[in-house]
Amino acid sequence: MNKLNFLQPDKNNLNTYLYTGTILVALSIFIVFLNSFFNKDLTSFLPGTLSFFLPLILGFIGLHLIRIDYSGLKFLDSINKNINTNNFNAFLSLLIVFVVIKSLPPLLSWFILDANIAGDSKDVCTGSGACWTYIKIWFNRFMYGMYPNAEQWRINLSFIALAFLGTIGFFATEKFKKYLTLYYVVVYPVIAFFFIFFFISGGPIFFDFSYGIIAAVISVIIGFFIPSKFKMYYFIIVPITLYILLKYVFFYEELIELGKLEALEWVETGAWGGLSLTFIVSFFCLIFCFPIGLFLSLGRRSDFPIIKYFSIGMIEFWRGVPLITVLFMSSVMFPMFLPEDMFIDKLVRVIIAISLFEAAYVAEVIRGGLQALPRGQYDAAKSLGMGYWKMHILVILPQALKLVIPGIANTFLALVKDTPLIFVVGLLEIVGMLNLAKTNPEWLGFAMEGYVFASVLFFIICYAMSKYSYNLEQKYKTER
Amino acid sequence: MSDKIIQITEMNKWFGDFQVLKNINLEVEKNKKIVVCGPSGSGKSTLIRCINRLEEHQEGSIIVDGNELTADTKDIEKIRAEVGMVFQQFNLFPHLSILDNCTLAPIWVKKMPKKDAEDLAIQHLEKVQIADQASKYPGQLSGGQQQRCAIARALCMEPKIMLFDEPTSALDPEMIKEVLDAMVNLAKAGMTMIVVTHEMGFAKEVADEVIFMDEGMIVERAETKEFFANPKSDRTKLFLSQIL
Repeated sequence: MNKLNFLQPDKNNLNTYLYTGTILVALSIFIVFLNSFFNKDLTSFLPGTLSFFLPLILGFIGLHLIRIDYSGLKFLDSINKNINTNNFNAFLSLLIVFVVIKSLPPLLSWFILDANIAGDSKDVCTGSGACWTYIKIWFNRFMYGMYPNAEQWRINLSFIALAFLGTIGFFATEKFKKYLTLYYVVVYPVIAFFFIFFFISGGPIFFDFSYGIIAAVISVIIGFFIPSKFKMYYFIIVPITLYILLKYVFFYEELIELGKLEALEWVETGAWGGLSLTFIVSFFCLIFCFPIGLFLSLGRRSDFPIIKYFSIGMIEFWRGVPLITVLFMSSVMFPMFLPEDMFIDKLVRVIIAISLFEAAYVAEVIRGGLQALPRGQYDAAKSLGMGYWKMHILVILPQALKLVIPGIANTFLALVKDTPLIFVVGLLEIVGMLNLAKTNPEWLGFAMEGYVFASVLFFIICYAMSKYSYNLEQKYKTER
Repeated sequence: MSDKIIQITEMNKWFGDFQVLKNINLEVEKNKKIVVCGPSGSGKSTLIRCINRLEEHQEGSIIVDGNELTADTKDIEKIRAEVGMVFQQFNLFPHLSILDNCTLAPIWVKKMPKKDAEDLAIQHLEKVQIADQASKYPGQLSGGQQQRCAIARALCMEPKIMLFDEPTSALDPEMIKEVLDAMVNLAKAGMTMIVVTHEMGFAKEVADEVIFMDEGMIVERAETKEFFANPKSDRTKLFLSQIL
């Protein structure tokens, strides 16, 4: 075996081994690179099979030669430690590098080099690559669905306003920090609700919205002059009175028309669509399914049989049926049970259905967290004189929810990716719009571009959510 | 009557078919320190958990500070607030700092202003000598420090009675002393205490009376000196011969 000693790299001839090895690895990568990017085969003089495997063999030997322990060179050591620990790992590393190099050119050419984005009809798409013109032309539809072009500023404005209101937490001063939870749990969803259903929806309902706002603003302004002793009653009575006065006594609606101020045009929810609908559905389902799930999980552990079995029934029912069936039922079966003259908007029904469906999953995830807590935490909280709600709000839930952040993030991501299913009731969010666009006779044959586009969008949304959940985990980490 | 703060009469308790406590009669006067000892599984812990109604008893009556504990005691929380409890496993709230652990119940249960609650907490933390750790989290403290914090947390509710459920059993020998010191100081300050423990040294030093339990029954109850000098029952003698 002594003859083979020169194959065993050692520290004494570091440079010799290092240079030989590096050159061999570089050569192997170079061969694959040329082959893949310029279609030139350097090794064509060799027999077919050998020529095919030559880069792998060269690189393998090269990596073997530079595998020197404690060489003293930082870079070399880190390579050896991470990708070159033994022959098998070296082989896998090489293979991965080669596969990446091999697959880059076709991807690059499809995405960028051979792709088209100029022009505004499908005639410009002559290359073999992607036709981004398709996405460009349809972009508006993908974002807003059938929402009238002239009214799209309402969606933009609402989303910008909501995004801004959502970031308020970061700017809150110490004094207002303690109200933040209340703000995010109660106030913010209500504001969002008003924006979506009055501003984006518009129509006659917009008047109600404006009465509400005017009544609220006036009562808040006057509220400053009311002694705090009566404030409680004041804020219950006055805004409602003002609202009724505006609506039924002053006929504000007519005043507006007299002043040639037109109300926002009504856009029915059937026309909403695209990415904005994805956001709307996801947002409302998220904020509704969480509290419902929370109460179901507490209910399932309750001592009262009625609450307990109701919760178990709800959870098992919603977990037991497929989402697509639930959606179908909500749109076809549910209206049959309603009185004739009663009508609930399709979008509202869908949001309720998805929320209840996902709430069952959230409930089970949270129950996992509740079970993970030691019984001593309950004992300690009880022994300090806390009742059921104080114990849960102050001691149990903060710990349990912290434990299940990954699980809840998981459920929420699944929820966002389930939203395309609302096509079964005729609501077209982004994937629905893609399916519609790809069957347009003018634009046949670009399904691929559309799905890639949607994948990228979904990936961005979901990745952001998962990053955020990871941040939350870090933020609430108090162990050691 | 007036100075009997705990009265237990003919109390029985079952876990399923298994009877853990048999015909318990116990009266504790105000400011008395009582040590409960006995082999494991003898029902000591269950007994003091019943006093706090962390466990329900099925027969007999338990009267704590004039309130009888029954299934429909609506203000059970009020009674619990008057009875502090320290556990074997500390049971601090890991998501809150030491200071917040101590102020949580006074603020939310007793509706104490935050500032007052913090002052009170610091005061009690100083008594158990961990005021300098107030901003840390329980996970960052040693076992002995955690247990002292748990004592301070219970004291912050200003209870009339303190129950200790094997407070030193989960600790290293070195840390046992610091916790016992804190308990001795508390005893000297005149708190009514019921302590389940195997620390006979502690019993000799502070206890007024010692109760020996076996198989769910109170076998012997005697003044401390009497208990250690001439125990009456054979079971007690056997136990003492093994533990001392």
